[in-house]
Amino acid sequence: MTKLSSHPYIPNSAREIKEQMLKEIGINNAEDIFGQIPEHLRFKGELKIPNGIFSEYQLLRHIKGLLDKNKNCEEYISFLGGGCWQHYTPAVVKTIMQRDEFLTAYVGEAFADHGKFQAQFEYASMLGELLEMDAVNTPTYDWGIAAGTTVRMSARITGRSEALICGAVSPERLACIKTFAFSTVPDIQLVGFDPDTGLIDIDDLKRKMSDKVACVYFENPNFFGVIETQGEEIAKLAHEYGAIVSVGVDPISLGVLEPPARYGADIACGDVQPLGIPMGFGGGLGGFIATHDDPKFVAEFPSLLFGLTTTVESGEYGFGEVLFERTSYASRDKAKDFLGTMAQLHGIGAGVYMALLGPQGMQEIGEGCLQRAAYAAKVLGQIKGIKSPHFKGAHFKEFVVNFDETGKTVKEINKKLLDYKVFGGYDLSQGFPQLGQSALYCVTEVHTKQDIDNLARALTEIVA
Amino acid sequence: MKKVGLIVNPIAGMGGKLGYKGTDGIVDLCKESGAVPESPRRAIEALKKLSPLKDEHEIITCPSEMGESEARAAGLENIKVVGTIVPGNTTSEDTKRAAALISDHDIDILLFAGGDGTARDVYSAIDGKVVVLGIPSGVKIHSAVYAVNPKRAGEVAYGYLAGKIRKTKQAEVMDIDEEAFRNGRVTARLFGYMTVPDEPVFVQSAKAGGRGSEEVDVENIAFRVLDEMKQGWIYILGPGTTTKVIKDKIGEGGTLLGVDVVLDRKFIGYDVNEKHLLDILDTGKPAAIVVTIIGGQGLIFGRGNQQISADVIKRVGRENIIVIATKNKLAGLGNKPLLVDTGDEETDRMLEGYIRVTTGYHEQRLWKVSQ
Amino acid sequence: MGIVKVRKNFHQARWDEPIIFELSTPGLRGVVPPPPEKELQEAVGDAEKLIPSSIRRKTPPGLPELDQKSVLAHYLHLAQETLGANLCNDISEGTCTMKYNPRINEEIAYLPGIAALHPWQDEDTIQGILQIYYEFEQILKEVSGMDKFLLHPQGGAHAVFTAACIMRAYHIEHGNWGKKDEIISAAFTHPCDHASPATAGFKLIILPPGPDGYPPLEAFEEAISERTAGLFITNPEDTGIYNLNIDKIVKMVHDAGGLCFYDQANANVLLGIARAREAGFDMCHFNIHKTFGTPHGCSGPGLGALGVREHLIKYLPVPTVEYDGSKYYLDYNRPQSIGKVRQFVGPATVLIRAYAWVMAVGKEYLREVSEISTINHNYLQKKLLERIPELEVPYAEGRFRLEEARYSWRKLTEETGVGTDDVMRRIGDYGIQHYWSSHHPWVVPEPMTLEPCETYRKEDLDEYVEALAQIVEEAKKDPEFVKNAPYKCASHKRDDEASLDDPNKWALTWRAYLKKHKKA
Repeated sequence: MTKLSSHPYIPNSAREIKEQMLKEIGINNAEDIFGQIPEHLRFKGELKIPNGIFSEYQLLRHIKGLLDKNKNCEEYISFLGGGCWQHYTPAVVKTIMQRDEFLTAYVGEAFADHGKFQAQFEYASMLGELLEMDAVNTPTYDWGIAAGTTVRMSARITGRSEALICGAVSPERLACIKTFAFSTVPDIQLVGFDPDTGLIDIDDLKRKMSDKVACVYFENPNFFGVIETQGEEIAKLAHEYGAIVSVGVDPISLGVLEPPARYGADIACGDVQPLGIPMGFGGGLGGFIATHDDPKFVAEFPSLLFGLTTTVESGEYGFGEVLFERTSYASRDKAKDFLGTMAQLHGIGAGVYMALLGPQGMQEIGEGCLQRAAYAAKVLGQIKGIKSPHFKGAHFKEFVVNFDETGKTVKEINKKLLDYKVFGGYDLSQGFPQLGQSALYCVTEVHTKQDIDNLARALTEIVA
Repeated sequence: MKKVGLIVNPIAGMGGKLGYKGTDGIVDLCKESGAVPESPRRAIEALKKLSPLKDEHEIITCPSEMGESEARAAGLENIKVVGTIVPGNTTSEDTKRAAALISDHDIDILLFAGGDGTARDVYSAIDGKVVVLGIPSGVKIHSAVYAVNPKRAGEVAYGYLAGKIRKTKQAEVMDIDEEAFRNGRVTARLFGYMTVPDEPVFVQSAKAGGRGSEEVDVENIAFRVLDEMKQGWIYILGPGTTTKVIKDKIGEGGTLLGVDVVLDRKFIGYDVNEKHLLDILDTGKPAAIVVTIIGGQGLIFGRGNQQISADVIKRVGRENIIVIATKNKLAGLGNKPLLVDTGDEETDRMLEGYIRVTTGYHEQRLWKVSQ
Repeated sequence: MGIVKVRKNFHQARWDEPIIFELSTPGLRGVVPPPPEKELQEAVGDAEKLIPSSIRRKTPPGLPELDQKSVLAHYLHLAQETLGANLCNDISEGTCTMKYNPRINEEIAYLPGIAALHPWQDEDTIQGILQIYYEFEQILKEVSGMDKFLLHPQGGAHAVFTAACIMRAYHIEHGNWGKKDEIISAAFTHPCDHASPATAGFKLIILPPGPDGYPPLEAFEEAISERTAGLFITNPEDTGIYNLNIDKIVKMVHDAGGLCFYDQANANVLLGIARAREAGFDMCHFNIHKTFGTPHGCSGPGLGALGVREHLIKYLPVPTVEYDGSKYYLDYNRPQSIGKVRQFVGPATVLIRAYAWVMAVGKEYLREVSEISTINHNYLQKKLLERIPELEVPYAEGRFRLEEARYSWRKLTEETGVGTDDVMRRIGDYGIQHYWSSHHPWVVPEPMTLEPCETYRKEDLDEYVEALAQIVEEAKKDPEFVKNAPYKCASHKRDDEASLDDPNKWALTWRAYLKKHKKA
């Protein structure tokens, strides 16, 4: 093995330093320490792992070489969404997320890490403005886990153990909710959607609603991109039975759509990824949870909550953790849930994004999504054999396209689209067989009219 | 302006050096033997810790050696003296009178220097809401109302007055059971609870900091015990604030200081004695005992719950003993074991070894028991 | 040799930075989103007509309005008021010390080949990233001896939770769910090993340390029963003491029909030294964001890689990354899977940084990471105890700790009244990140846990020792001074802790603050 005089990341690997330190400890080598581990528990031999690439340039070349085997959404035009969406990341967002101060900070204290606490507080505050809710967590892993957490919170608040998951919900998120809620809410029932409009089937909800239900969860826009218009009615019904209403929402829609709090949600959740966090193969997610400022709800948050307070210095803002005793760090298993490394950096990035866009920007980006989705749904619907949009309801940035009459499968079509350097919509035929050969298409501010027209032309040729 | 009440039992601690189990009732004997009282010195040591309060306080105390002298010796100002005493000849009645008089002055905290007898006297004279703190200087300290040492008492009192310590908790007032003492056994009885500042463990590190909430822990422990109660079983619930939470969830009438008995979630006996317990066990129903730690020394049997005697324990069986305690209370023991002192060697030995202590709804901790 | 500098004149940036809402002026803008083309707009009409009026937002969100430079400057100020690990001497995060996070890995993580990848792209177009998943998994398998790894969980506790869900699935399949419901763990094991299994529906039996710093075998004998579902344990635990009985404990739990999970949060000192496999564990995890050099990001995203032995592979969440000899693919067809614990395939952006880190270290230096970690720790411990007689290291006297130690300031506290929290706050004034004391409740009195991983220089360790020694001097001279620290950090001690627990005062958002504290 070829070694360096010292490894750039391991300064004390320099021979003289290492020897000096061993001498100071009073031993000859590290084996004098490791030797205490019983022989039969020791790893013998050499690790079979690749040789190191010590040159930074060569390392970059090596990894670029691997990544070049991918085709990415800058090379291709992508119409994929469904839980991870292509939105533009403003340069300032990237700059701040890459600052070593935020990037490499641990959990820390509000004294030396004051700025980080403030950035988290501001993230929560701005999201609170979008949601019109006063209590917002620091982000958890993703929307699926956030939704699962709201189900658990509801179970604790109500003392009940059933949940109704309504309408078109992402199968990925549903799977997360089920795993996460299993021990407290083993009974998760699904409420159907109207095959025509894509909206929640209220009659089905009424049939399944009872005073055993802890939580009624739905998404808006739902997984099919359809804007749910019956929120108020659903919330009213749920509240009549003493259930808690949790609504999953795409935050980038909130410049144009009413926040869930306006139609009766007790808890809102969703993903911060649309707020300028790069997709990163799904690595860009971060789940938010928000409630009104009701101690009964606030006490059930499993996440860290940062509060604004004062310090001994007059006029100085200080930050600290609100109701710290909720968390498992302080109280282990009797706590509400476990807590750990989650997605704070994405919260900070999303905060920068909201500050950059402001109310106008949020409105414009939302309007742009609405118009592009309407346009794309319309032009695709003009292609023979394609039904688009599949649902009659209003759409935000996603819509379902049905290919049944083309006689082709989504899989076949998407393969062909690759020749046009296009990633077609997400294939729904496995998760939602009742929709036949359907795909979920997504358009955002990154799509031009040309991109959409090109897609339409390509599809026309493929299904012809 | 903070108001600090102060009572020094000037004779506390005298008996100790002479090998007595206390000074109560043997004052003259002590004096004749030339014993020097410990409490004035210890009180001064604690009171010096209040000096950062400067003139932001008022001391309300008794004349002469019952507080005034110590406060002055500690360099404190703004001293208001109430009541009268006969110097050199104070009694337990003086402590009671002083406690009543001083606690009428709308005080923020009442400090008292003494031992278990002093704590009992204060307890008998004040309202339960008054926040107190004991400066340990007596011979017998079973009561948890005392700080670990005088210096710490001063620091905790200062912390409470300066707003650094905000929470309070209930702590045991205990004293030697004279009846048992006359029968040749040294054992402590639980007389009640007083409110003391709850020393914070002052960390706000997000990584793990904060401290568990005692109240939430106790609630969760209670729910666990209730959820695991079996039909047709007799549950003997010992005294203490932790077991009281379970009693309150079962219904009204559960006692704080007594042993109560429950069957199918209903009380079938309140504040029962040993004989009553044995009669209940005679019904032949399976039984379990629920006890918590009494006092700061980690005792689970033999202090304050003597009704649950060696005979009772033997008939219930070790496997049916449910020990409950918050994990903060356990952690407070450090590496020390839980203690048992049932008066019966064989029973004590049977109880030795690791035992499960229920510390939360989902959590039990193993802890060592020894005699 | 570089010099040892105790930064007496350190002063952190203090911008007195307003809350961003206070900087807002109506009409200002930071970025402008791309408007749809005119023709497109004409084709569909006004946006507001595309939404039913009942759900159309009537009041614009109350976000701040700022120009771009103001947003940038604001956040740069906040960044400067944060002491990230790459900036400073941060050996302070005992049990969780973050190593140097190489800059090149940030450039890599933002390459379009990863940043602009959608997880649902056609498999032919994600071969590169799947290969990285696969190759990184092979490295983890080798380092742990496990048979397969899951790279979905986004943090350590998340991986532990996943392990608990797998344990649950195992006992359900064997008809033991409800009968086997107790998890055994130890007091110095990370609290997530208690909280995560509890979240998954288990009960915990936590064992106290014996004189060696870990629970004696008798405690395990007492705790293990037919109700035992499994073991969740760290080794070394937070004391840095290697548990010499570890394989015996695993065997005892196996004999009782339980499964064993090894929390390898402290793996940094065991790479190439000892593995989960040889000790008999069924599962283990790595905190990739500690051991494999990825940044903590103020608390995530991280990556908790979960390794399992052959008999548990079938329970892993979907999809797994597989290779058929010519092509990498995602396998969703796993009928006994526990489902999902995170959407898609986990935090790929963390994974790629970890891959870059391990490739930069390689076979030649991976074991060296552990050697230097233990040398750094034992050097630091020796120096600290020599220099500061007030410091103690309880348990297992005379034995080397591996990578960290839990020290106790008990003597200093008794002597001066200055406790570990005071020292912890004060050290920030020396340009050193506030250190980590310990989880609660404190078993070691007035604890301090330091873990000087391999990326710190000898000079850094000497600086730390000297800074602590000076604080001890300060404590002896003027305890109140240390108790009121910090003085030179970005902000001061809070003066109203109670407000954070008071529903009438706490303010989780600016809108709540205005309502509660700025009533017109």
